[in-house]
Amino acid sequence: MQSLTQRLANPTRFMELSRTVLPWVAAGAALFIATAMYLVFFVAPPDYQQGETVKIMYIHVPSAWLAMMGYSIVAISSFGLLVFRHPLADVSAKAAAPIGAAFTLAALITGSLWGKPMWGTYWVWDARLTSMLILFFLYLGLIALRSSLEDESLAGKLTAVLALVGVAILPVIKFSVDWWNTLHQPSTGFTSTVDPSMRTPLLIAAVGFTLLFVALHLKAMQTEIVRRRVKTMRLAQVERDERLFSAGAE
Amino acid sequence: MSGFLSLLKRDLTLAVREGAALGTALGFYLVVVAMLPLGLGPDLKLLSRIAPGILWIALLLAALLSLPRLLEADHEDGSLEVMATAPLPLELAVAAKALAHWISTGIPLALAAPVLGLMLNLDIALAPALIATMLAGTPAISFLGSIGAALTLKARRGGLLIALLVLPLYIPTLIFGISALGFAGLGQDGFAASFLILSAISVASVAAAPIAAAAALRLQMS
Repeated sequence: MQSLTQRLANPTRFMELSRTVLPWVAAGAALFIATAMYLVFFVAPPDYQQGETVKIMYIHVPSAWLAMMGYSIVAISSFGLLVFRHPLADVSAKAAAPIGAAFTLAALITGSLWGKPMWGTYWVWDARLTSMLILFFLYLGLIALRSSLEDESLAGKLTAVLALVGVAILPVIKFSVDWWNTLHQPSTGFTSTVDPSMRTPLLIAAVGFTLLFVALHLKAMQTEIVRRRVKTMRLAQVERDERLFSAGAE
Repeated sequence: MSGFLSLLKRDLTLAVREGAALGTALGFYLVVVAMLPLGLGPDLKLLSRIAPGILWIALLLAALLSLPRLLEADHEDGSLEVMATAPLPLELAVAAKALAHWISTGIPLALAAPVLGLMLNLDIALAPALIATMLAGTPAISFLGSIGAALTLKARRGGLLIALLVLPLYIPTLIFGISALGFAGLGQDGFAASFLILSAISVASVAAAPIAAAAALRLQMS
């Protein structure tokens, strides 16, 4: 009996399965996000202190959560590539990195837009903001390292090493940033309890954006597999043409 | 162990006889430290307050500048391949090279810091603490840097890329180096705690970074 990851090692089988799953995931994402947005704009009450700006939260919190989930996917895929040499692990890591980076950027931008009316500034060197920014740098490093190497298979493996180094050092960075921040200013203090009228749309939005992430990830993996096939075919074509050409010349 | 020592000796001899690498790093350190007051204004009070930060950041940049040379020369002339096939584990070979980098670049930069601190009106009583924290922190810079040097060995625009990869890894070292100096400057007793964490980061980097760097090198050799 093969496990699911073993069965998915065959790219063709993955393509078939993901083609069936993808429309449902995408439709689910659209449905959940639409419901959440309806609740956010027409049902959920404005915050008694923050007013309407609290609506930024419904994008901001899911983005921040997906920024971290994205890095976990990259890390797990990297582990799968280096240890088990799973053929799809590299595709998954490559596809997840830009999506994770985009959500990290979304979390940073929405956070800073939310910070302006609430804290009076677009940016404070708060521990959370800083560690999020560093996570964004790590994502950029992964993308830049991959794009700077000609050999794609080597690029994948080296990027995987970097991703695992990042996992090892992320807790240390998080700890040191927390320490650094508390040295200078007291914690901003997030409200610990959220009223159900806001929590429900937030949960729905979180599920919706997670499904969106999964849909984007599956689509990006499909695209990457197709791109690799096209590349292999092109190379084969060039080789065949060359053989024909040299045969014709003789 | 003899292989480790002879490799260390070879790299140090090369560093001494070339000389230029250390001179460049020290010159860069001096120029960066001299540029910042020009940008910030000559207010001595402000400068003495931010001097530890300037010295640390300039040290990171100067060390970063010398990182690509850590493996590049040996990669170009093929001696890295010989090291990879030698009986000495590649992890130890990388460790020897990173250690040589620390001795030939990290220590001189750390020792130069108090002198540059004088230009920034840094309290001279802080000099021992400054040297101590920098000596404790620079091993992490050399060893974490060896990961970046190994990863970018075959990359295009390796020099720029290495900064993007390695600087985020230096954040804990920077934070605890600065906070130790902050405590020392205020005469508070938090110095020992920050200094010990800084040393712990260095020790952990010395232990773990060669494994990652050697893994990256092996992938590129095969």
